[in-house]
Amino acid sequence: MTDELLTNGENGSAGAISRAEIFESVAKQPGSSKPDPILTVDNLRRSFGGLVAVDVEHLEVQRGVITALIGPNGAGKTTFFNLLTTFDRPDTGKVVFDGEDVTGTPPHRLANKGMVRTFQLTKALSKLSVLENMKLGAVDQKGESIWRAVLPPTWKSQEREIEKRADALLERFQLAHMRDEFAGTMSGGQRKLLEMARSLMTDPKIVMLDEPMAGVNPALTQSLLGHVRSLSDEGISVVFVEHDMDVVRDISDWVVVMAEGQVIAEGPHSSIGANQRVIDAYLGSHHDSALDFSEDLLGGSAL
Amino acid sequence: MMFALDVGKVMQETLTQAFGPQAVVFAMAAIGLNIHFGYTGLLNFGHIGFLAAGAYGTAIAITSWSINPVLAIGFGIIFALVLALILGVPTLRLRADYLAIVTIAAAEILRLLARSTALRSVTRGAEGLNEWAGGYQDANPFSSIIEVGPFRYLPMQFAIVVFGWLAVAIVSGLVWLIMRSPWGRVLKAIREDEDAARALGKNAYSFKMQALLLGGAIGGFAGFIQVLDKATVQPDTFVPPITFFIWTVLILGGAARVFSPVVGAIIFWFVIVFSESLLSELVADGTVPSSILESTQVSNVRFLIMGLMLMGLMVFRPQGIFGDREEMALDDR
Repeated sequence: MTDELLTNGENGSAGAISRAEIFESVAKQPGSSKPDPILTVDNLRRSFGGLVAVDVEHLEVQRGVITALIGPNGAGKTTFFNLLTTFDRPDTGKVVFDGEDVTGTPPHRLANKGMVRTFQLTKALSKLSVLENMKLGAVDQKGESIWRAVLPPTWKSQEREIEKRADALLERFQLAHMRDEFAGTMSGGQRKLLEMARSLMTDPKIVMLDEPMAGVNPALTQSLLGHVRSLSDEGISVVFVEHDMDVVRDISDWVVVMAEGQVIAEGPHSSIGANQRVIDAYLGSHHDSALDFSEDLLGGSAL
Repeated sequence: MMFALDVGKVMQETLTQAFGPQAVVFAMAAIGLNIHFGYTGLLNFGHIGFLAAGAYGTAIAITSWSINPVLAIGFGIIFALVLALILGVPTLRLRADYLAIVTIAAAEILRLLARSTALRSVTRGAEGLNEWAGGYQDANPFSSIIEVGPFRYLPMQFAIVVFGWLAVAIVSGLVWLIMRSPWGRVLKAIREDEDAARALGKNAYSFKMQALLLGGAIGGFAGFIQVLDKATVQPDTFVPPITFFIWTVLILGGAARVFSPVVGAIIFWFVIVFSESLLSELVADGTVPSSILESTQVSNVRFLIMGLMLMGLMVFRPQGIFGDREEMALDDR
């Protein structure tokens, strides 16, 4: 049963086995090995001048589940994310995606291999219609060759197929009514939905979401979370960056915590909240010493 | 005071030029620039360089290598393509402003190279190349001065008007077709946000290069038409201000619209020639006294009027004639 899920994640049989069971034998510690990693990172290091933004010794991301990458501001999550998606190059180390070393691969090629990402600041293409935004996402389009472009019969039938898929996804993400509007007229939340829907047009194996809930109201957050969950139910692996622990609790099967560029903890969210290193990273390491009101906090003399 | 203004003469001159060879050249050049800037967002501030490459390419092919005049046009386009490659390879991976800097410099380098003594044997320096257009003149089906309605053209000019506008129509049609394809969609996506396009599997560098090549080739063809009109290739006709006139043409019509270059070019030349022609008449018959305007200053004032018109356009219709204000406003969000 386990094998079936792990080798054939696309068939949507995730319900047959609880997500917790996949991780039963996995150690709850940084760098632990997973039964079927889709993404593996080794000795990944990236520094900006004297600042080491990311220094991850080893990390494996399990296939077919939702992995959250969390950490306080400045932990290096986004840099790490850019390295995983090859939008940035590491100083040293490698990223292996689906058994293939992809370090240094241009990002557009990664999308064709089945890894797609979204951005923290949403990148809806304002002056393209919502439908055009969606259709752009499809890979291997014949009409994207300049020679075929002038001969519509060579790409029209594929275009119709792409449009059908796009319409279905717009329906699913409740954006069908915006189909022919400029994407620039959408609200912030709708743009997040559009970006997620558009990424699915690439037919991905893994979706990398950079703070998908940032700047979204609570009601829409729930709907976005539902959509993330549904991706996973289809067998698509999901990695998402978030700094809000509460958001993570609801949907993540596995949580990776970063601080100061390193992975400091891994495990199901239940094990993370109690982890001393995580608490220290979020709240500062001296939060449990007694507060001393006698000094400058109230007196103001030090101010 | 008597108004002896010859309205008929002013209008004939204006309309003749508004649809004349120069309008053809500017329309064609602006089609190329529209592909660069309008659709792909490439800031090309040295478009005149592509015109120069096309012009010199054609003329050198004939004078130095005695190539058949029809094939020589192809050489002009190849020169323009090579220029696009040289400009694009180092800059298209960088931020958009680098292309702007490099193009404006490259166009000047090209002009200075053409008039340099080192290349004198090929380009004839500042005098330019003169004995190359014979083949085209021989092939011209028109032989006398042509007068149709308000239009009045010399034979070669009329040939350029007829075949030039035909070429503009064909190229515009191809641009319309190609920009509605998935290829055109990728260009627009790159214009809006390059990283988004890359994340969705599009090789932004390659698409930008294709756009630069295509627009450059069309610019090169415009350069060929430009020199055919005068039958001479002179380095100092390829000066930076022309680039900005081509930008004016594009902005008048509105970027990323198929008809913008055509209508923009006609309006541009209409305004330029009308103001010059009218002012010359008014100065000549004393309606405008020479204490206000000398006849030698007229040609400067026409650009002043053009500039005022452009400012008015930016205030009241910033999207250009064919642009969509709503679409333009999306930038501000």
